[in-house]
Amino acid sequence: MKTPFGRRGSMQVDRGDLAFNGIVFLILFILFLCIAYPLYFIVIASISDPLLVSTGGIILFPRKVTLDAYRKVVEYREIWIGYRNTLFYTAAFTALSVFMVMTAGYGLSRRNVPFQKYIIAYMTFTMFFSGGLIPTYLLMRNIHLEGNPIIIILMGCVSVYNIIIARTFLHSYVPEELFEAALIDGSDHLRYFLRIVLPLSPALIAVMVLFSAVAQWNQWFTALIYLRKQSQMPLQLVLRNIIVNSQEMLRQMEGVGVVQDGGDKGQALLLVNSMKYAVIIVSALPVMCLYPFLQKYFIKGVMIGSIKG
Amino acid sequence: MTPRSEEHPNIQGNWKRDLRRNWQVYFFLLPTVAYLFVFNYMPLYGILMAFKDFKPRLGVLGSEWVGLKHFKFFFSLGAFWNILENTVVLSVYQLAAGFPLPILLALALNSCEFPRFKKIVQTVTYAPHFISVVVLVGMINILFAPSQGILINIMYRLGYPENQYLQVLMKAGSFRPLYVWSGIWASLGWNSIIYLSALSGVDLALHESARVDGATRLQRVLYIDFPSIIPTVIILLILNCGQIMNVGFEKVFLMQTSFNLSTSEVIATYVFKTGIREGQYSMATAIGLFNSIVNFLLLLTVNRIARRFSENSLW
Repeated sequence: MKTPFGRRGSMQVDRGDLAFNGIVFLILFILFLCIAYPLYFIVIASISDPLLVSTGGIILFPRKVTLDAYRKVVEYREIWIGYRNTLFYTAAFTALSVFMVMTAGYGLSRRNVPFQKYIIAYMTFTMFFSGGLIPTYLLMRNIHLEGNPIIIILMGCVSVYNIIIARTFLHSYVPEELFEAALIDGSDHLRYFLRIVLPLSPALIAVMVLFSAVAQWNQWFTALIYLRKQSQMPLQLVLRNIIVNSQEMLRQMEGVGVVQDGGDKGQALLLVNSMKYAVIIVSALPVMCLYPFLQKYFIKGVMIGSIKG
Repeated sequence: MTPRSEEHPNIQGNWKRDLRRNWQVYFFLLPTVAYLFVFNYMPLYGILMAFKDFKPRLGVLGSEWVGLKHFKFFFSLGAFWNILENTVVLSVYQLAAGFPLPILLALALNSCEFPRFKKIVQTVTYAPHFISVVVLVGMINILFAPSQGILINIMYRLGYPENQYLQVLMKAGSFRPLYVWSGIWASLGWNSIIYLSALSGVDLALHESARVDGATRLQRVLYIDFPSIIPTVIILLILNCGQIMNVGFEKVFLMQTSFNLSTSEVIATYVFKTGIREGQYSMATAIGLFNSIVNFLLLLTVNRIARRFSENSLW
C-alpha cells in the first residue's frame, strides 16, 4: 500500500524506526522458521538415507538421496486402495454438499417466502443442539448405514454454517432487480437459479467446493466409527495405521536396539521409518497442488463469513 | 453496497400472493430440511437413553426408566474430576497460549515493509491449516520419536536434560504442551487472517497525521493499529471462552496413548470409549448430554457478555 509520501520517502530514517523494522523482521522470520522447518524436514527426510535420518544426521540438507522410501510406498497396496477410496468419497461428498449448500442458500436468500423464518430457525437450531455421538451412531445402525460407504458421503454433507455464508453472499452479490426482471420474462425459480444465480456466483461455488473437498480429504473419524471393511477405508485411516498407531510405534521402539546390529530387521525398520515421511508427502500431494487456489479461496471464505458477524 | 429493504412495500403482508409466486422455493429447501430431520433431529430422540437403561433388544421406548442414575454414577466416579480437569485445563492452556500469537503475527505482517517477504511468510504460515489431524499427530510422533526424532535431537543439543529427552512422547506431562503447541503451529497463520482483514480497514490518514506529529512506528502500532482490532479481539476472545468445555475429539484421541492417559482423557474421548468401545450406550449418552448442556450454558452466558461488550466497545 502506498502512502502519499511513499513508504521510505521521509528525509531521515529514524533510528527507532530502523530498530522497529528489524524487530518486525525478526519476529516474522522466527515464526516463519518454526513453521517452515518441520515441513521442510519431512521433505528432506523422505529422500535421504534412512540410517542418516534415524541417527540425526539430516538437519539442513538431504544427504545420500534415495527414493527407496517412495518405492516402498508405491508397493504398499493399502495406501492406494485408501487413495482411490478417498478420491471417490471426496468427489461424491463435494458434489453432494455443494448441491445442498447452493440450493438451500438460494432458498434462504429469496425474499417474501412465507414461513421462511421458521425454516431458518429449524436449521440454526441444529448448530447448537445435537443428539451427540451415541444416539447418532445407534440411529445409523438402525437404518443400516453402519458399514455402508454411503455414510461417508452423507455424514456432514449439510453445513448450516456454510448455508448461511451462501445466503449472505447471494444477498449481497446478486441484485434483487435481476429476479424481478427474470420473473417478468416468464422465468421460474429453477431457471433463474440455473441461468442467473449460478453463473453469478463462481467465487462462492469455488469456496464451497474447496471447503468440502479439503474437509472430506482430511476426514477419518466417520470411517473409524462406521466402516468395518479394510477395502472401504479412506486414506487418512490407512495413514493413521502407518504413522500414528501406538502399537506400530511400540514395535518400532523395540527395534531401536536392533538397529545397531545392522541386521535385516534393523534395515527393514529403518525403511518403515522413512516410509512414514514419504507417505506424508504422498498423501498431501493433491492438497499441495491445489494450495494456491486453496489459499485464495479459503481466505475469501473467511471474509464472506465474517461479513455476517 | 447499500442495504436493500427487506420486503417490497407493495406486496408486504400479502402472503397468498407470495406463496403463489414463491412456492417453488420450498423445493430448493426440501433436501436440506429432510437431511437435517434425519441426521440431526431424529438422533435427538435418542437422548432419552440417558434417562433409561437402554437395551438394544427393547429399543429406546421399551427400555426401563432410571431417572438420573447414569448422571449420578458418572459424577460419583473417581475419574470424573480427573476428566473434567483435563478437559478444562487443556482448553484454558490452549486459549491462553494460542490466542495472543495470531494477533502478534497479524500486527507484524501488517507492519512489514517488504511485500515479497510478507507474501512468503503468509504462504508458509497458512499452509499447516490444510494438514489433516492424522498427519499432524503423525508428525508429532515422528519428530519427537525417541532418539530418532529430529526435534528431540535438536532439543537435546540445546541442552534439554538427557534423562528426560528419550521419552517425551511417553510422559503424561508432555501431552498438554505437545497438544497445545502443535495446534498453535498448525493454526497460527490461519487465525491471523481475521485480524489482518481488520487491520486493512485502518484509515491511512490516521497514520499520516500521526507521522507528521512525530509518532514512531512502534507508537503507531500501539496507538493506531492495535486499538483498531480490539473489537475483533474481544468478540473472538469471548466466543473462544464459550468453547472451553469443547475440546476437539479427534486430535486428543489420536494423541492418546496408555502413557499419557492421566492427562489426555477428556470428556469426548471418554464418551467414545464408554459408548462405542464398551457399548454402555446410556452412560455415554448421559455424559455427552451433560457436556452439551454445560456447553450451551457457557455459550449463552458468553453471548450475553458479548452483546454487552460489543455495545460498549464499538465506538
